[in-house]
Amino acid sequence: MAVTDAGPATEVAKRPSRLFKNLASKIAAVPMVLVALVIFVGCTIWTIYHSFTRSRLLPAPEKWVGLDNYERLWGENRWLISIENLAIYGFCSLTLSLTIGFVLAALLDRKIRFENTIRTIILYPFALSFVVTGLAWQWILNPQLGLQNVVRSWGWESFAFDPLNNAEIVIFGILIAGIWQGSGFVMVLLLAGMRGIDEDIWKASRVEGIPAWKTYIFIVIPMMRPVFVTAIVIIASGIIKVYDLVVAQTSGGPGIASEVPAKYVIEKMFFSQNLGLGFAASTMMLLSVLVVLIPWAYLEFGGKKNG
Amino acid sequence: MGNTTTHADIEFEMPAASKQSVSVSVKDLDLRFGSLQVLKNLNLDIHEGEFLVLLGSSGCGKSTLLNCIAGLLEISDGQIFIKGRNVTWEEPSERGIGMVFQSYALYPQMTVEGNMSFGLKNAGLPKSEISERVSRASEILQIEPLMKRKPAALSGGQRQRVAIGRALVRDVDVFLFDEPLSNLDAKLRADLRVELKQLHQRIENTMIYVTHDQVEAMTLADRIAIMKDGIIQQLASPDEIYSKPANLYVADFIGSPAMNLLKGVVANGTFTAHGVSVPLSGYDFEKPFEGPAWFGIRPEHVAIGDAANASDTQLTVKAEVVDPLGSDTLVMARLSDERFWLRISGQSKVKIGDELKIGFSAVDASLFDQSTEIRL
Ligand SMILES: Nc1ncnc2c1ncn2[C@@H]1O[C@H](COP(=O)(O)OP(=O)(O)OP(=O)(O)O)[C@@H](O)[C@H]1O
Ligand SMILES: [Mg+2]
Repeated sequence: MAVTDAGPATEVAKRPSRLFKNLASKIAAVPMVLVALVIFVGCTIWTIYHSFTRSRLLPAPEKWVGLDNYERLWGENRWLISIENLAIYGFCSLTLSLTIGFVLAALLDRKIRFENTIRTIILYPFALSFVVTGLAWQWILNPQLGLQNVVRSWGWESFAFDPLNNAEIVIFGILIAGIWQGSGFVMVLLLAGMRGIDEDIWKASRVEGIPAWKTYIFIVIPMMRPVFVTAIVIIASGIIKVYDLVVAQTSGGPGIASEVPAKYVIEKMFFSQNLGLGFAASTMMLLSVLVVLIPWAYLEFGGKKNG
Repeated sequence: MGNTTTHADIEFEMPAASKQSVSVSVKDLDLRFGSLQVLKNLNLDIHEGEFLVLLGSSGCGKSTLLNCIAGLLEISDGQIFIKGRNVTWEEPSERGIGMVFQSYALYPQMTVEGNMSFGLKNAGLPKSEISERVSRASEILQIEPLMKRKPAALSGGQRQRVAIGRALVRDVDVFLFDEPLSNLDAKLRADLRVELKQLHQRIENTMIYVTHDQVEAMTLADRIAIMKDGIIQQLASPDEIYSKPANLYVADFIGSPAMNLLKGVVANGTFTAHGVSVPLSGYDFEKPFEGPAWFGIRPEHVAIGDAANASDTQLTVKAEVVDPLGSDTLVMARLSDERFWLRISGQSKVKIGDELKIGFSAVDASLFDQSTEIRL
């Protein structure tokens, strides 16, 4: 029996070894596999190891201190506020950008006019870097230049809207910019998913008299599950990394009210010259990601292996 | 080609005994997509309990017409009545229709049972009523063992059965099918076709069925509407469509191989083409005619060998192509410079190059005016 899909050089009548099957693509994958192993896994282990040492400016693998860095980290007010901010920002940003993005996509999906124009406008924020978005929203939310000023000039003299200078609500000021940027992306992703849904499904549900919102919730959204997973993963990774948005808008202020973990890590590592503490913080971030990811991956892939 | 709708035939076409009330009526329907006019001034009456097939080549507007009847497309002009009620501006769900699609359009995340009951639940029917209807439909369609499965775990034929079941539970007067069997393989298609026919005999609802498959149309239909460019060319029983096509398009479209067509002239009660002359005394003219015409004769109406002796016209032709199909054999010859197909018994041994004696009569033929292409 001649196996013909084994590559050009193996025109032999015996079954080729599995190792050499698709050899070219395997060779092509080697650099990627190496990068993944060395950089991602290797560096992660390296980071975790050094988080148990008293490394200052340079890594110092010999100064083992056990859990000291972690104790210090969790005793520090700044870190606790960072975590709290991330939790608020993450939860609101995820739910709101998904909801807003979905509603926008559903509206565009209803075949309205000027779809291309609207889509472009909504997608624009995503094309901008977080720094630009952050600066733009800093201006908009600035009491002297932005929204408050505009509303006051319309005659509502007592109007006050100054979230970025109010420690209580500053994280929501940052949230606005984050959602503004994120929901356009979610919209485009979900719109593409919606367009992939057979027109006949919609016809069938109309013939059965199922209202559009019910069709979305019970039929379309379940069908778009993979798209939602993609969107959530991308947004979630953006949330955990959020740094530039904060730096551009508030630099963590007022005081330490809008600090976030990523900012904490970078400042400990590069400005305070405390690598050990920075690594401990980034290990905590990694841990929090894994806590979310592992049960999900287990649910998603674990069950199907047996089938 | 001119507008050759033959509404006149419809009235006396239906046998008096089975003359039923009208179930679906389409009046002066126009449908435009922007500047593209897909349906033009279309009129169609479908009787109660009738199985009507819309047949036509791709892009002729069959699905568009069906979607208009279903209310899935907003019509540009005209009116639609279902059971005597003007439903032109009603939602699809209020029209008393059920619909089955080519792509099945099942809800993939729901089980078979969920698919069949979702619409009923949404309509707020009591639980007992829902389960009664679902179990009745699943019994009719023999899908009871599949009720707990998801559509992904079903074969194409099973999926289409579920889709039919979903329409069935709606307990409506009119069922609409848009090429429901086109995604199935030949064997399954034939099986499901028979089942559909039995289903119709059992539940006796009005059914409108879109297809581009002639065999489906001929076997299922009480009447066939042949469409071309958004115009109904002929609306008649399969038998009449086959034996008395209303115009050249229908004659050419129906039948495989197509009707043999000879180009010639009708004069003095005789049709004459290059090398052929047929006395037309047996032909039933709609009105007297002389002039350029097409003479059409189906391959199976051409007699071969000794059987040809009884025919009005007898000729000898040479077999150029021989296509054995098993039950019968198709032979292509040449007559008056046109391809001329013959259908002979599968047993007869004809080889390429053989001389064949053939004969045919005007009784079996169809004549069409060359300028209007309408039947004479
Ligand atoms: N939404 C639409 N917008 C514009 N033109 C359309 C639209 N839907 C259909 N058409 C056009 O209308 C014509 C008829 O389409 P229709 O779908 O009714 O054809 P059909 O007879 O069902 O063909 P098929 O056998 O391929 O399904 C086609 O020329 C098609 O291009
Ligand atoms: Mg169609």
